[in-house]
Amino acid sequence: MVAPITDRGSRRPSSATRWLAVLRTPVGACAGFGLLALIVLAVIAPVLWSARAGRTDVAAMLQGPSARHWAGTDNLGRDILARVLVATRLSVELALLATVIAVVTGLVLGTAGVLVGRRVGRVLAAVVNIAVAFPGLLLALFFAVIFGVGARGAVLAIGFAGAPAFARLAQTLVAGIEQRDFVAAARIAGVGRVRILLRHVLPNIAESLIVNASIGAGGALLAFASLSFLGLGVQPPSYDWGRLLGDGLTGIYEQPIAALAPGVAVILAGLAFNLFGESLAKGIGLTATLGRVPLGRAQRRAAPAEPAEPVADDVVLDVADLVVTLPGHHAPIQPVRGVGFRIGRGEAVGVVGESGAGKSLTALAVARLIEEPGRVDASRLRFLGADLLAGPPQVHRRLLGTSLAMVFQDPMTSLNPTRRIGGQLAEVARQHGGLSRGAALALAIDRLRAVRVPAAARRAHQYPHEFSGGMRQRAMIGMGLMGRPALIVADEPTTALDVTVQRQVLALLESIRRADGVALLLISHDVAVVGQVCDRVLVMYAGRIVEDLPAAELATGARHPYTRALVAAVPDMRTDLDRPLAAIPGRAPDPARFPAGCAFAPRCPLATDRCRTTEPPLETDERGRRVACWYAGVSEHVDPTAMTAARGGHE
Amino acid sequence: MTTLTAAGPAPRIVESPAVRFAVRRGIRFVVSLWVLLTAAFGMIHLIPGDPVRAALGISASQSLVNSRRHALGLDQPVIVQYWHYLSGTVTGNFGTSLTSQLPVSRVIAQRLPATLELAASAFVLAIVIAIPLGTFMGVLTRGGRARRAELTFTTTSVVLGAIPDFVIGVVLVWIVGVHLQWLPVAGKSGLGSFVLPVLSLAIGPAAILSRILRVEMIAVLQADFVRTARAKRLPARVVYVRHALPNALTSTITLGGLLLSSLVAGTVLVENVFAWPGLGSTIVSSILAKDYPVVQGVVLVYGIGVLGVNLIVDVALALLDPRSTIRES
Repeated sequence: MVAPITDRGSRRPSSATRWLAVLRTPVGACAGFGLLALIVLAVIAPVLWSARAGRTDVAAMLQGPSARHWAGTDNLGRDILARVLVATRLSVELALLATVIAVVTGLVLGTAGVLVGRRVGRVLAAVVNIAVAFPGLLLALFFAVIFGVGARGAVLAIGFAGAPAFARLAQTLVAGIEQRDFVAAARIAGVGRVRILLRHVLPNIAESLIVNASIGAGGALLAFASLSFLGLGVQPPSYDWGRLLGDGLTGIYEQPIAALAPGVAVILAGLAFNLFGESLAKGIGLTATLGRVPLGRAQRRAAPAEPAEPVADDVVLDVADLVVTLPGHHAPIQPVRGVGFRIGRGEAVGVVGESGAGKSLTALAVARLIEEPGRVDASRLRFLGADLLAGPPQVHRRLLGTSLAMVFQDPMTSLNPTRRIGGQLAEVARQHGGLSRGAALALAIDRLRAVRVPAAARRAHQYPHEFSGGMRQRAMIGMGLMGRPALIVADEPTTALDVTVQRQVLALLESIRRADGVALLLISHDVAVVGQVCDRVLVMYAGRIVEDLPAAELATGARHPYTRALVAAVPDMRTDLDRPLAAIPGRAPDPARFPAGCAFAPRCPLATDRCRTTEPPLETDERGRRVACWYAGVSEHVDPTAMTAARGGHE
Repeated sequence: MTTLTAAGPAPRIVESPAVRFAVRRGIRFVVSLWVLLTAAFGMIHLIPGDPVRAALGISASQSLVNSRRHALGLDQPVIVQYWHYLSGTVTGNFGTSLTSQLPVSRVIAQRLPATLELAASAFVLAIVIAIPLGTFMGVLTRGGRARRAELTFTTTSVVLGAIPDFVIGVVLVWIVGVHLQWLPVAGKSGLGSFVLPVLSLAIGPAAILSRILRVEMIAVLQADFVRTARAKRLPARVVYVRHALPNALTSTITLGGLLLSSLVAGTVLVENVFAWPGLGSTIVSSILAKDYPVVQGVVLVYGIGVLGVNLIVDVALALLDPRSTIRES
């Protein structure tokens, strides 16, 4: 009957304001008002309408609704509405009484561990665990046999039936509190057990208990109605809603309202208690709701489509003016704004930058994996000659499913925990290659072998949790090899792995690339990794590409101050270990508030007023290198000491 | 486990998490069963006064009470009675009804099938409604989509889930039985008589389950492995049903088990609404008639039913999510 909410127990009521705030939510206000009305009714109804409810009138039996009897009369001519209203007091009273018994008994059972020691507590916990598995009504019936039929017996029965749930709740809450420092401190200070319970434990779990007691009272009310309905609770001539409902059911053909009216009362009262408790619980663990601003109906493409350039056969991916728009707290944000690049067949392109630079979103956008309400716009997005912006994503399913492989950052969470590894690989071939189950599994095992998973045939039948991190990442790569990939998009594929495993995974990607001429788009915040693996490096900052250069020139030929700062921040053998590690001063800008001008200007040692007002365009030089910096050329001749602040001493 | 491994070099099979899980779960079932039996035995002895005197009434002669007490073995020491009770129930001997003199086992055998049919059909119906509905609503309202549909669905399911099954039953009797006169409202005769009791039992659990499943689906749809499935360019249906749903089901099944066992208890009320010839009407009339051996037997059957449901839920969880066998209970 009671549905304890346990996970909010550890918070202390800081003030009454949070409780009041609950009443300001629509549901909380309704429930609070309903509960208040219920209590007022319980107090005044018997005073006002007792006589009317008890007056029999043989001349007015089983009448329909009238001005005199709003809800009609029962088989003895008594006013049904008055009876339902009068029954409020007994129904609520008995439910509250039973709730008090449940909470107190539960609290005693649940906190016994604190008082009499852990061993007794553990035994009690085991018993409570068994008891709590039984539905409240069954426990109530059990106790009703012991305590006898009648209101008194039913109160005890429902009270004790509710106790295990509260005991479980108290145990959970106490377990959380007991591990806190202040309880340990009190214990070490020699504070007695009773005092610890009263002064330290109870105040901390009171809030949760009250919330759950409110929900529990709703349950007790329904349970009481159930027992009375069955004839095991309130006995005539007393009546509560359950009794009225039971009596009404027998005459439902003659006077349906006699059964329906108490039914409605039970539902409303139960809802009032329940919703009040639930909204309190929600209010206590209140989490700020995310503001959602509907996206404007922007044009599908960010810029008018340029005339299609003749694309050479060896271009795998061709992106221009890529913009990603996401809903933000106040207004839509654009974490990626105007990114363009090409990847040739077999080429390895790295994307580096700090967190929030838009690297991963760029990768997801080119792979068409950004879902509504996020939006991707571009003037050009071509993969193997196919225009990915034309038509819905389903059109390109086959092409992307077989030719574009994705490897994600965290192999621990990127594989489905409920499916076997082999099956997860095989379904690619079944879906896109139309292979039979057996053939697809055989191919999956073959691919696992190709990515050097030992004992591939046996491993294919295992679940992801039986794989190590490195093995899972191999399996992810193997998944991409189920088709005939022309491009592997690897989003931080080694970040979650330790260094030796990192090497192996990178070496694997490298060997696949060399063997099959597969292009690689490697997203990483690790400049060193990108420098080793890639042919070309795109440096991203604040949603734009700020530099595009051959990987070989990273260390010495970088022209953008940000690129140099990134390179300088990489410790190497010559790094002085006695000095703090180099870091780029300042923080990457918030995508919701990109500064005007060059986004890197606030952190750049070379920045001038020009940088702060006017954004430098991404210029291409005669060797195909690109850079967006007003001082790109100049900075190479500027006194190197000007950079030391940013580099943090690279001597 | 320690006793098993201490007995000698552990056989390989004990190392398997599945076997360890089965052993642990089996032990828990047996212990729970023992607690249940003890509680059912203790129930009679906890009743204040003499249950036989209470059952036979104030006018019965002392010699009749004494002979009935003797027949029930109530004049023996409690520990002997306890032993007889345990050995009796294990062999299917639940005692004799005080009022009808019939063996309790026969009463149960007569009444149990109707209750089982009712509970099973209601549970199946609840699942058949809740899983597609919850999955669909989860997909529809993921990431804050379709706010209005979400609000409508949540409100409806909260209200429906909060209405007690017997009140739903009464409302159904009124609408379908009294107003429309489409279906029988009492007794068990043919398929038509199943409709209303099954509906009254299933509506609440279906509402609660689908609501939980929606929330779980929304959480699972944000998981990395769903993105992986999408990156494999599987059709949306496959992503939702084969990849997301099994992961969303784990906590839904846990809750479904709780709902199923409360559904078992709910049959007591619904049977009394619809005069269903099952255990539920038997237990109530037996409690009122103070026919304690029957009450004891029926309580035991319900209890075993609940324990069985919990066992099935844990096994289903283990099959669905192999990791759950590793977690300590």
